[in-house]
Amino acid sequence: MIAQALMRRRERRVLPGFGLSLGISLTFVSLVLLLPLTSLVGQLSQLSWSQYWFLITDPRLLASYAVTLFGAGVAALFNAAFGLLMAWVLVRYEFPGKRLVDALMDLPFALPTAVAGITLATLYSSNGWIGRLLEPWGISVSYTWIGIALAMAFTSIPFVVRTVQPVLEDLPAEVDEAAMTLGASDGHAFRRVILPYLWPALVTGTGLAFVRSLGEFGAVIFIAGGKPYETEITSLMVFVKLQEYDYAGASAVASIVLATSLALLLAINLWQGRFIKRLHGGRG
Amino acid sequence: MLGLSRPRSLFAASTLGLALTLGALSPAQAQDQPRELLNSSYDIARELFAAINPKFIDWWQEQHDETVGVKQSHGGSSTQARSIMQGLRADVVTFNQVTDVNVLADAGLVAKDWQDRYPNNASPYYSTTAFLVRKGNPKQIENWDDLARDDVSLVFPNPKTSGNGRYTYLAAWGYADQAFDGDEAKIEDYMKTFLGNVEVFDTGGRGATTTFVERGIGDVLITFESEVNNIRNEYGKDDYEVVVPPVSILAEFPVAVVDEYAQRNGNEDLAKGYLDYLYTEEAQRLLAGFNYRVNDEKVAAEFSDQFPETELLRVEDVFGSWPEAMQTHFSSGGELDQLQRR
Repeated sequence: MIAQALMRRRERRVLPGFGLSLGISLTFVSLVLLLPLTSLVGQLSQLSWSQYWFLITDPRLLASYAVTLFGAGVAALFNAAFGLLMAWVLVRYEFPGKRLVDALMDLPFALPTAVAGITLATLYSSNGWIGRLLEPWGISVSYTWIGIALAMAFTSIPFVVRTVQPVLEDLPAEVDEAAMTLGASDGHAFRRVILPYLWPALVTGTGLAFVRSLGEFGAVIFIAGGKPYETEITSLMVFVKLQEYDYAGASAVASIVLATSLALLLAINLWQGRFIKRLHGGRG
Repeated sequence: MLGLSRPRSLFAASTLGLALTLGALSPAQAQDQPRELLNSSYDIARELFAAINPKFIDWWQEQHDETVGVKQSHGGSSTQARSIMQGLRADVVTFNQVTDVNVLADAGLVAKDWQDRYPNNASPYYSTTAFLVRKGNPKQIENWDDLARDDVSLVFPNPKTSGNGRYTYLAAWGYADQAFDGDEAKIEDYMKTFLGNVEVFDTGGRGATTTFVERGIGDVLITFESEVNNIRNEYGKDDYEVVVPPVSILAEFPVAVVDEYAQRNGNEDLAKGYLDYLYTEEAQRLLAGFNYRVNDEKVAAEFSDQFPETELLRVEDVFGSWPEAMQTHFSSGGELDQLQRR
């Protein structure tokens, strides 16, 4: 990348100072991203492979992986559907208070996640405003897996909305009108014309939401209940290990979350690259 | 750039970038200000020290004719210990866990013999684990055996993440040890049912309180006696009742000077004075007002009807020592993990 960039130095650029800005960027990347990761690896190096394997395959931990993956999966699917809907509404329709709704979409990013968790737990507990209505139906949200998924969905919905929205804005309404004048039904136009166009953004957004949910701690912890084997999430297990001053163990568990997230992010990037290439006939 | 070959100019500029960023990070010089003590304390002690600190400042002023300040830092006491090991320069610690001070002693930040430096194992006040039940005690909860009934659901913080929860676990074990005369199999049976009755495991004491009071979950909240009484004062005396079981655990609240940092901060005498102050009659009365049990005889007598007589088991007597209790019960794969295993 750097070599490429150096080659491009010959071209005239609008803004000067490439070397300086790259230097600052790299410094910050090292300080806030690479250094902490290095220390994680450093902690890990205290473990032998068999110790590591023993730690990460503890049955209680395995149960927490399942709870976390399931919760994040449900949250991501929920967000894919409702995030797309929200983006659609925000781009395609005019209504009073649209700006406000648009701004509200970012709220989960701005709100401290612990506040979100406590608020959700309050609303959805069996004596809360919403929980009370669900109680007669035998649905309890707080302190069950539904609560976990709900908290994860709350903190990660902006990822879907904010990735789909700009793409949708680029797609003029004329396109679906054209599809319809050519004889496509509503569903057909959506499936064959709009969805393929949105697909990369939607998958990226959903993937980001999923990855974010895997590591979420603050919001989930207040609504999860923390019952062993049932509602313990993986990030709680990291916290537990830290409370025991077991840094190596905590790093081992954290490395699993990290590896999963990195693998997913990489997969999304690769897939997206290939998709775009295919879309543009290899020129993308 | 000025005829330098490209890679070198890039390197030079990058280095300049690095220098600029690091330069911006260099700490400002300290100024001449009144001395300030930093007390690192456990989560639910906020109100307590907010009441004690102004009185201490007056006391110090009177004794030494010097105006000082006290800053607080609160968090789970293990989290606090970890921050101190990682460089939070606290002068004193006022924790709710002997083990967390031991960790600091092992790290060489606190004297090895810290428990002998102040009276009562360096614990100026103490408490025990008690029950809070809903109005009228509908489930008739009187003792620990009631907590292992099928029809009772419990709330207390996770012993893995909370010192408060750890005391609850140890108290239940101590009770069972007495009741079943040390029969390991019966104790474990009791503990399994007891732990299985827990409805929600919060990470800390306040979280458990919220779950029990605000969310209406569980029949019994098990937490420090001090907290139980504060909740009644906070949320209404009529809605809840306090049950202090006939036998429970002695929960010590250890204090220590973090010698390493107090010296470096130039606060050694101030730190010692702060801990001394906690043993004065004035401070003991404040502590009792916050529903902590105290050793000062005069104050203890004044507040005697607030604290029911109960047999308090010492961790050292039942479990040998804190490190042993931690190792056997709370380490990874230890007794607690075994009991919760499916």
